[in-house]
Amino acid sequence: MSEGRGLPQAGTGSPPSGSCTETPMQRERAVTIYERSVAGRRAAVLPEAGVPETPLGELIPAHLLRQRPAELPEISEPEIVRHYNRVSRRNFDLDSGFYPLGSCTMKHNPRINERVAALPGHARLHPAQRDGRAQGALELMWNLERALSEICGLPHVSLQPSAGSHGELAGLLLTRAFHASNGEEEKRTKVLTPDTAHGTNPASVTMAGYEVVKVATAADGGVDLDDLRSKADGETACLMLTNPNTLGLFDSNIAEITQVVRAAGGTLYYDGANLNAIMGKVRPGDMGFDIIHVNLHKSFSQPHGGGGPGAGPIAVSERLAPYLPVPRIERLESGNGAGPHFRLSSEQPDSIGRLRGFQGNFGVFVRSYAYILSLGGDGLQEASETAVLNANYLLALMRTGRTGTHLPLAFERTPMHEFVLSGKPAKKVLGVKTLDIAKRILDHGMHPPTIYFPLLVDEAMMIEPTETETKESLDAFAAAIDSILTEAEENPAILVNAPYTTPVRRLDEVAATRNPILRQPLA
Amino acid sequence: MTRYTSATDPEREQMLATIGVGEVGELFADVPEKLRLTRPLDLEDGLAETEVYERLRALAARNADAESELCFLGGGMYDHYSPAIVDAITSRSEFLTPYTPYQPEISQGGLQTMFEFQTAMSELTALPVASAGLYEGPSSVAAAGYLAIAATKRRRFVASAGVHPHSRATLATYSRGFRAEVAEVSLADGLTEPEALAEAIDAETAAVFVQNPNYLGAIEDLEPLAEAAHAAGALLVVSCDPISLGVLRPPGEAGADVAVGEGQPLGGRLDYGGPSFGFFCAREEHMRRMPGRIAGETTDVDGRRGFVLALQTREQHIRREKATHNICTAQALNALGGMIYLSWLGKRGLVELGELLARRTAYACGRLSAVAGIELLHEAPVLREFAVTLDAPVEAVLDHCAEHGVAAGIQLNGDYPDHGDGLLIAITERHSVADIDRLTAALGTAITEISSARAAVGGSDREGVGTG
Repeated sequence: MSEGRGLPQAGTGSPPSGSCTETPMQRERAVTIYERSVAGRRAAVLPEAGVPETPLGELIPAHLLRQRPAELPEISEPEIVRHYNRVSRRNFDLDSGFYPLGSCTMKHNPRINERVAALPGHARLHPAQRDGRAQGALELMWNLERALSEICGLPHVSLQPSAGSHGELAGLLLTRAFHASNGEEEKRTKVLTPDTAHGTNPASVTMAGYEVVKVATAADGGVDLDDLRSKADGETACLMLTNPNTLGLFDSNIAEITQVVRAAGGTLYYDGANLNAIMGKVRPGDMGFDIIHVNLHKSFSQPHGGGGPGAGPIAVSERLAPYLPVPRIERLESGNGAGPHFRLSSEQPDSIGRLRGFQGNFGVFVRSYAYILSLGGDGLQEASETAVLNANYLLALMRTGRTGTHLPLAFERTPMHEFVLSGKPAKKVLGVKTLDIAKRILDHGMHPPTIYFPLLVDEAMMIEPTETETKESLDAFAAAIDSILTEAEENPAILVNAPYTTPVRRLDEVAATRNPILRQPLA
Repeated sequence: MTRYTSATDPEREQMLATIGVGEVGELFADVPEKLRLTRPLDLEDGLAETEVYERLRALAARNADAESELCFLGGGMYDHYSPAIVDAITSRSEFLTPYTPYQPEISQGGLQTMFEFQTAMSELTALPVASAGLYEGPSSVAAAGYLAIAATKRRRFVASAGVHPHSRATLATYSRGFRAEVAEVSLADGLTEPEALAEAIDAETAAVFVQNPNYLGAIEDLEPLAEAAHAAGALLVVSCDPISLGVLRPPGEAGADVAVGEGQPLGGRLDYGGPSFGFFCAREEHMRRMPGRIAGETTDVDGRRGFVLALQTREQHIRREKATHNICTAQALNALGGMIYLSWLGKRGLVELGELLARRTAYACGRLSAVAGIELLHEAPVLREFAVTLDAPVEAVLDHCAEHGVAAGIQLNGDYPDHGDGLLIAITERHSVADIDRLTAALGTAITEISSARAAVGGSDREGVGTG
């Protein structure tokens, strides 16, 4: 993204457009690895079999065999490396610049975590290895469970879910099992979610066989208590909530909210996507929640990988513990002076069962455990405090002057680790949408905030700087937004046509859906 | 002091002054006092990087990994050699550290590699539409169930006992939420019988699940199984080992409607079970019911070729409760690793690997079945994994082999009680002929020694010897 620098500056008139001013990256058109394939080229050399070269047809009946080889690229190793290096440069990434993507917690990914995850004792440990020969792995998982339990304030943990959405599904299936044990499975059919919820929440609700009931947001950005009271009843299976919510606001009524749902007989699910605001400050278990998922790829520094891998462990209260997925990890005292022994147990009669193969995304557990060891309890608390400090500092810079006028704070309250601005005035007065502002940010070598979410804020822009950003990068972002709005005041077309300097410019997403080309056509 | 932050004390003061508060605690004023954690978290204090490394190294040293012993464990994840370029490329910041590609203009790298991956998976399975990947194998099987319900409006599944036990268990867990039921069909001599399958399928059956090669290593004849499913209007879902698709008839050609599977064999780390990736391919008619991200080709305003997330109206962030799946973060980096691996093997390499595995596995079957006390569990054709029955308690045999540095296989007694002393053995290209001979010797010696020990104590209490 070095082309992100040296941009057309604010107030310099129309920025360049058209092929005559293409950046070097733009001139380098996209070429797929299939298009670099040349028949007869290869990279891999396999070992000699060392056994007779029996024709395959003599080992496996011909009708079970493939008649024509699958079309895979034919390419040498140096060309594979060059191809993916070239392709990689068409990505913007966290190591290259500011990435204030709200609700995604794009904090630094420590490289020590990568190093310890790559140790052969982790990376080449087979998941079917017997418990007695995987004691280090089981102890690591046990230790991580205990740490997450302490951070969340809930006694029992399963590391199994593969991501936040998988944890949500797990929590809702636990809810189902809990109500079934009380003879209420068929009666409790509804799950309450605020209208500010992440999209995964309602999608998980449907997958778990429940119906979504939306709870309104009050004028202060919190849950509308009256609406909640009118909807929490004998049909309520669960309330799913994140706190601070997706507006970045901590709901001060949280104790009352959880009490209302508990009294109605529902379980309480905490979406841990925003945990980075509260580590060591306040715990979901103490707020009254039964279940929380933790996104290890957010608060606990697992790199996001361009869309995973992550992990979504869940921590639960006593009343939901019997239903946790199997296998569970058990710690047994050896009793002979030796250290404790760990084992996987599937003998949990009330468990909802498995949610996936083997033990979960262990490589992610290694990284997040290393992160927790690096920071310690006090470090985690300071991480949350700094994340909140950074967000509020950035907001202070943005709520005055031009930005404050065109992009006001959606709810006038002190946010925590993230905040949501409304682009409604910018759209109305300047004729630029939040999308246009976001696209112009790309030309500044920064990642735009999350946009058009949460849904209840018009032209929303959701900003989460995280604790690992410097004051300079926050200052620079605020200055970039100010310069973009200056441009918008003078010539909104600059924004409407942005970006200019990225490897490609605005893409036709409608065509991609109307006439989908989802794979390379091959001769 | 927090790790990985930059703010100095004077900077903090300056920032607080700009905000207009005296201390950070004031920013937490909305948290009710009675809920606040008034003590420090009960966790160790932070460690120096060198201490963290030592702590993790010591834990890793207590695992018997495939580097420190000879590993014949498989059951869905295999110790294939992963070429150095996979780690080298996937550890680049540009691939390692971005988020999901919501801003396509600065995410062309990730989107293009998804598109390449989709092409390769579509080719391997011979199905036209491939997604950019799901979490892993078994949950992809369950995702196929969700698609089948939407496609057929039916709520019953039939699964062959040849499907991985974890996949069947995961399907059962999800089915409670889907409000669907799952019936199982047992194997006969290692294979799914089309007649037995047809009998289990009824007019309410949304999908039939089989695996190829199945859990016991047997290569299924998919076509009659597809016919049995289609005769009742059900979909055939095939869970397949991607390595096998270099040489085995692809599911799309044999009549499968959906092909899913575990991606780890494609050059992924074992990682004690994850992260890996799942793949999901289907016939064209299911395109708008597919789960997860899909990249599509398009053009930008200047006519340049580019890629975007296509068909996003299927997804949770747009469609919310009507989404085709709830998945958000998947396993993009692992899928990229799989694509690099497939490029490295290439068109001929994947075929050669399949041939190599088939030949060495045939050698291993021949060697082991010649040992007194070891019998092949079934006679069906196999590719790279097979099952044997031991004439000795399997736990004791595994203990014995482990003492000699060999992880001989996965015991079957937990998931297949009929195969009490059954053992599942996987061969990869990392196993030389000498390694297979060592496995043969270790198993042979174990069985002999356990048998003579059993004879010495009167030969009556077989179980007692094994589980002691």
